[in-house]
Amino acid sequence: MHRTGALYGQFKTLEQQKDTATLGMWIFLVTEIMFFGGIMLAYTINRHTYFPAFAMGSNTLSLFLGGTNTVVLLASSFTMAMGVWSAQVGKKQLLTIFLSLTLVLGFVFLGIKYIEYAQKFHHHLVPGRNFDITYCVNNPARCDDLSPSELEVEREELAKALNADPALNSHAQLYYSAYFGMTGLHALHMIIGAGLLLWLLKESLAGRFDAQYNNPVDIIGLYWHFVDIVWIYLFPLLYLIDRHK
Amino acid sequence: MSTTATAPVQTLPEHHYLNATYGIRSWLLTTDHKRIALLYLASVTFFFFIGGFFAMMIRLHLMTPNGLLLSADTYNRMFTMHGVTMIFFFLIPSIPAVLGNFLIPLMVGAKDLAFPRVNLLSWYIYIIGGCFTLYSMIAGGLDTGWTFYTPFSTVYSNSAVAPAVLGVFITGFSSILTGLNFLVTVHTMRAPGMTWFRLPIFVWSHYATSVVMILGTPVIAITLGLAAMERVFGLGFFNPAMGGDPILFQHLFWFYSHPAVYIMILPAMGVVSELIPTFARKQIFGYGFVAAASLAIAVIGFLVWAHHMFVTGQSTYAALAFSLLTFVVAIPSAIKVFNWTATLFGGSISFDTPMLYAFGFIGLFIVGGLTGLFLGCLGVDMHVHDTYFVVAHFHYIMVGGAVMGYLGGMHFWWPKITGRMYPEWIARIAALILFVGFNLTFFPQFVLGYLGMPRRYHVYPPEFQVYNVMSTAGASILAVGYLLPMIYLTWAAFYGKVAGPNPWPATGLEWRTPSPPPTENFEVTPVVTWEPYDFHHRPDLGLEGGAPQGPAVAPAHGDD
Amino acid sequence: MSENEHTNHIVQPGTYTAIILTLLTLTALTVAAAYVNLGPFNIVVALAIATIKATLVVLFFMHAKFVPRRTQLIIISGVFWLIILLFMTLSDYVTRVDYRGVRFPISQNFSAGLPPRA
Repeated sequence: MHRTGALYGQFKTLEQQKDTATLGMWIFLVTEIMFFGGIMLAYTINRHTYFPAFAMGSNTLSLFLGGTNTVVLLASSFTMAMGVWSAQVGKKQLLTIFLSLTLVLGFVFLGIKYIEYAQKFHHHLVPGRNFDITYCVNNPARCDDLSPSELEVEREELAKALNADPALNSHAQLYYSAYFGMTGLHALHMIIGAGLLLWLLKESLAGRFDAQYNNPVDIIGLYWHFVDIVWIYLFPLLYLIDRHK
Repeated sequence: MSTTATAPVQTLPEHHYLNATYGIRSWLLTTDHKRIALLYLASVTFFFFIGGFFAMMIRLHLMTPNGLLLSADTYNRMFTMHGVTMIFFFLIPSIPAVLGNFLIPLMVGAKDLAFPRVNLLSWYIYIIGGCFTLYSMIAGGLDTGWTFYTPFSTVYSNSAVAPAVLGVFITGFSSILTGLNFLVTVHTMRAPGMTWFRLPIFVWSHYATSVVMILGTPVIAITLGLAAMERVFGLGFFNPAMGGDPILFQHLFWFYSHPAVYIMILPAMGVVSELIPTFARKQIFGYGFVAAASLAIAVIGFLVWAHHMFVTGQSTYAALAFSLLTFVVAIPSAIKVFNWTATLFGGSISFDTPMLYAFGFIGLFIVGGLTGLFLGCLGVDMHVHDTYFVVAHFHYIMVGGAVMGYLGGMHFWWPKITGRMYPEWIARIAALILFVGFNLTFFPQFVLGYLGMPRRYHVYPPEFQVYNVMSTAGASILAVGYLLPMIYLTWAAFYGKVAGPNPWPATGLEWRTPSPPPTENFEVTPVVTWEPYDFHHRPDLGLEGGAPQGPAVAPAHGDD
Repeated sequence: MSENEHTNHIVQPGTYTAIILTLLTLTALTVAAAYVNLGPFNIVVALAIATIKATLVVLFFMHAKFVPRRTQLIIISGVFWLIILLFMTLSDYVTRVDYRGVRFPISQNFSAGLPPRA
């Protein structure tokens, strides 16, 4: 079994190994751009076709939770970058601290996502599963996590949206398909990232990374930043479609 | 026919990659790119048989106009499974995963690919994807056509769509990882002196193929992922009843599936670019142009996908743009054909089996390519879309082109892979049988399509029967043409004449190692000081008037 | 000829701090902009700000400013290919014309059927 930090057989130098691994990660990230790109296309076409439904759907999302998640993820990118710096200057303890912070922030993000998803299930906003965009407005008692003023706003928006698009319930499912598809895919990548970070943390605690050898920190950092970039786009596309009244 | 200055070799080298370790674990857990190539060889051959079985069912059924063999529903499953198996599990992996994996490290002078464990993972992912698709077949098969058009595939079909879609989705990652490995290897693992313009065209072709794999495959992955979610969870992107758009599925699907055909043909072109110079004993004409043309095909190939959608009701203006681009993408392919032809001119041509396959490729690819231009022409396509004209077109390219390239390559490099030579005369006869069988199978289909017989139909008007019978007869001959190499190549691997390092002789770096090569490929890292396809200044290969001069290889700095 | 993926340039914590503060400011800006009615330009502004943020992350957090040309080309190709996917597909939707020679507005409601004959 290869030990972290060892020179693998097919390489001549550690330098070549580092170059190769980094290039491999960048090319992998290009595949991820195209992967998310496909669902972005689906989103784009459907948003333009069914703007009222998308606007309605977007406004049922909590801006507070989404905004917090954005800040959390940006901060985690910062701590990750700081972790890479720590490794590059050989500050092993600082590296461990920054990796832990990144991991914690990642879990906060996933926790908030879980809360949001649970809310959607509760409010009958999952496509295909007793989906009903009017559920909360018609059953305020069941949606007790929404305040009366929020419900009032939603009622008004619903009336306007139904006016613009009589088949709103059907088309709103497309918004939530995009929502769950995009954020679900993103969350899956975050979970994988969290797994990678756990491994990185384990190796960091064992003191494997120093100024001479820190490439895994760097390339897992690249992956983490990419996942952050996806969210940088998802946030305005899903949460900020039509916030102005 | 060997003209190397050294005496003929009588025995295989003592230690090579095949006998380095024994036991099934040493194969299933190998990270040696050469062994992984053989693992792929076994798997793609297996899927070739399965796809071939479905083809046989189709052709047998179509012998009579009223279709006595299969019901309509079963027929749908036959052509669907034929397409899915052949495209995703045979054609796309074939040359890259078998020949590419085996040869690229050898050709660039490296000990292995950049990521050997990822290479093994890539094979396992392929197998897992294959298992899902096999499960789909056992569960009754798939009847949507290999194109999985929605909403039939996502809402209305009663067949095993989800496992098949999942299988193809998973196998896509195998393709992505292979492409990634090749790209990085060519960038960072080349031996000293192996500059970009000394690389064999085979490597350039695989580099271009890898670019396509990297940029295209993720899109089919997300498309099939969304389709699977639509089928299983009721998401609605592609379902009109929910406001979704089937044309969106087609755009996403073809964005990959058109470049996919370039994944299938570029490696075969790479093989032909190795065969022609070797068997014409001449420098390839216009090396730079051939290399650039490979990249051009890869790039422009991404801009033409909607030519599969001319009849869908998409925008006529968009269709016009895509049609124009389709004509443009033919240009780099034509450049390659002209360059191969120019290579032959004034060369010393020998008709060894690999060369026969190369000639077959060029002729059949020209037919397939030109008929592609007919299809790319909007007016003509209105009439021949979804007819046997299209079927004939793509089989000329895929079978007449890609499979011929694959077989030519297998014959050419078989001595390197196994250390033993195949029997030349039976191989030539098999190649001819294949060529005859192929044309008898598919040329009548051009006529059928032009006369109006639709594809994917289980019955047809009686006046088309004669062409269908010709096609089926041809298919039987084609099958013999495929079975023969499988038999004699296997035989040759154990009992063929010992080949020595360079039986042809050819000029690539892979021919400087023993046959079969040792696990680490090169005992001493080669330092490259010569240009590719140079048949006149390679004393180390006996390709010059005088005797070999100086050491064959110089030790590199910091070497073993 | 293996180019160095890493020049030995180490990005300083000061730079990272400046970037994260900029990113947070831009986030606030994008939320604020969402509350202003800019009509069709809301999406343009939102995407522009998102792209600026993404560019900052790529250039500085991912060190793309300091990697060799080859890698930068790979990144740009990835983005360029995404643009090909989006724009060429949209080129179909945006230029569709119905039997009357009238453009389909892209926001046509499919399940409402074709517009009535004029």
